[in-house]
Amino acid sequence: MKRGIYLLLLLSMSVHFLANAQDNAGLTLPNGFKANLFAENIGSARHIAISKNGVVFAKLNRADKQGRTIIRLADENKDGISDKITGWANYGGTGIYLTGNALYASSNEAVFKYQLDGNDEVVNPLSPITVVSGLINRRQHESKSITFDKSNNMYVNIGAYSNACQDKDRTPGAQGMMPCPILDSAGGIWKFDASKENQTYGDGKRYATGLRNVVGLDWNSQANKLYVAQHGRDQLNTFFPSLYTDAQNAELPAETFYEINEGDNAGWPYVYYDNFQHKKIVSPEYGGDGKKEGASDIKNPAVAFPAHMAPMGVLFYTGNQFPEKYKNGAFITFHGSWNRAPLPQEGFFVAFVPFKNGKATGEWEIFANGFAGTMDGTKITSTRNAKARPCGLAQGPDGSIYVSDDTKGSIFKISYQK
Amino acid sequence: MGNRKIRYFLFGAVVMFLFVSIKTQAQNLENGKKIYQTRCLVCHQADGGGVPNMNAPLDGSTNVVGNDIARLVKIIKNGFNERVELDGLYYSNSMTPNPDLTPAQISDVLSYIRTSWSNKATKVTIAQVQQGIKGNQKTSTK
Ligand code: HEC
Repeated sequence: MKRGIYLLLLLSMSVHFLANAQDNAGLTLPNGFKANLFAENIGSARHIAISKNGVVFAKLNRADKQGRTIIRLADENKDGISDKITGWANYGGTGIYLTGNALYASSNEAVFKYQLDGNDEVVNPLSPITVVSGLINRRQHESKSITFDKSNNMYVNIGAYSNACQDKDRTPGAQGMMPCPILDSAGGIWKFDASKENQTYGDGKRYATGLRNVVGLDWNSQANKLYVAQHGRDQLNTFFPSLYTDAQNAELPAETFYEINEGDNAGWPYVYYDNFQHKKIVSPEYGGDGKKEGASDIKNPAVAFPAHMAPMGVLFYTGNQFPEKYKNGAFITFHGSWNRAPLPQEGFFVAFVPFKNGKATGEWEIFANGFAGTMDGTKITSTRNAKARPCGLAQGPDGSIYVSDDTKGSIFKISYQK
Repeated sequence: MGNRKIRYFLFGAVVMFLFVSIKTQAQNLENGKKIYQTRCLVCHQADGGGVPNMNAPLDGSTNVVGNDIARLVKIIKNGFNERVELDGLYYSNSMTPNPDLTPAQISDVLSYIRTSWSNKATKVTIAQVQQGIKGNQKTSTK
């Protein structure tokens, strides 16, 4: 009897495993790629980081049932599925980054540093070092995403707590403030020395400005430059129905991916990028009419994507597992839109951006699709119906990549086999 | 007029009354739907589902089907960004105010969101909206 039950259990587990492996966890991938669920239902998994031993750390936006916000996932039997899940920390947030033996994680106001031992266990879970605190959090665009260059400098996104810097946010007829006072402390990327403790704004430097909300950012080590993906402004049609139709709003403005040099200005809130005219257009809150061009010293995007798809994570691929074309190119997760309504929503996929000699070619393609769970090609009309929404991205030591989902908390592992 | 004629007349009047009132009720909901589509759908989505972590859902919301009409009126008129817990979750976006909507329009859109999708609450009358506006004015001058 007992043996029968074990057999049944084993059988159902292997059927589950096979089904999971065969259908690529529901994803559509280029030839030769495979996907499986590394973890499921771990909570609102935002960004992820992976140690050199393959342990995955996921930052949760909200505490899980056990009150944890950093989840450690180990795959001890090496079958590609996490089998030992632990966690700690009590602050929600998005950012997590692993460099050397230190793990950095962010709340929506601060960045903390943890030491890892030789087994990738955190040495000081209850007493992290505060690297920087007091960063602006007014809920809207609150994620403090982080990345690092090769000289231990940390780059933190501080999103603008506004749609278009109107004197009353998201209010019809409200004017754009001139100059936009938000830009002093938000709407850009700040740089801090990661070896220092207890820093605040004064210790850092505004590295780039005019970026409404960046959630995905990564250091391109081949070009030795920062790259960031911006969420473009919303609601051109709702506030300016005489200038923009619903259909135009669904396609404007572009979501943009920038190569950032110190001091760059991407133009928010004064301009937005129009991917049809290939121009920076003055925002209607600042007197624009959909055609008038903005100042010429504003940064052009390296790549422009369809509107409102919400880029969440950027990863420059440095592994050796994937085919040559992926090397040093960028993967970008798209959370999926809401502001294309009443038109169908778009996104819910991972894109690949090819690079040549450290420069984006300007092209992009869909790499992994199907996260929303509509395999029959039907479109998502209400964002909550998407089964999974891609968010975090990280590369494992074997060159596989991992994608997190912050709705149900799945982690997908994507690998290539010759 | 004979008795029978009076009865016919009364019957006709009742039918007419019912017809007109059902029709205006349907018109109210139709009107509420139009307001919803032009002003609310973008954030709260066609199925009232909202956007996870950003825009609160109206479908299935305890407050939307609840009895505090004055609170709903205030939210529609003034917008909403108090970031309070709503059915256990928080939302990060700022809701657009609608100071130009008349009490009749507010009752239409509230009736629409309270009776659509899985929501099965009572409709909201113009009198209830007016009462709500008065109550909100009192509490805000305190
Ligand atoms: C710009 C996006 C946006 C628009 C447009 C919008 N809302 Fe909202 N709405 C929100 C957000 C965000 C919240 C939650 C705010 C918070 O928690 O601070 C909300 C909350 C609400 C609530 C409270 C829900 C609860 O559970 O208590 C109601 C009711 C509501 N909205 C109705 C409407 C109606 C009706 C319209 C159209 C007239 C509308 N909203 C337009 C974003 C929007």
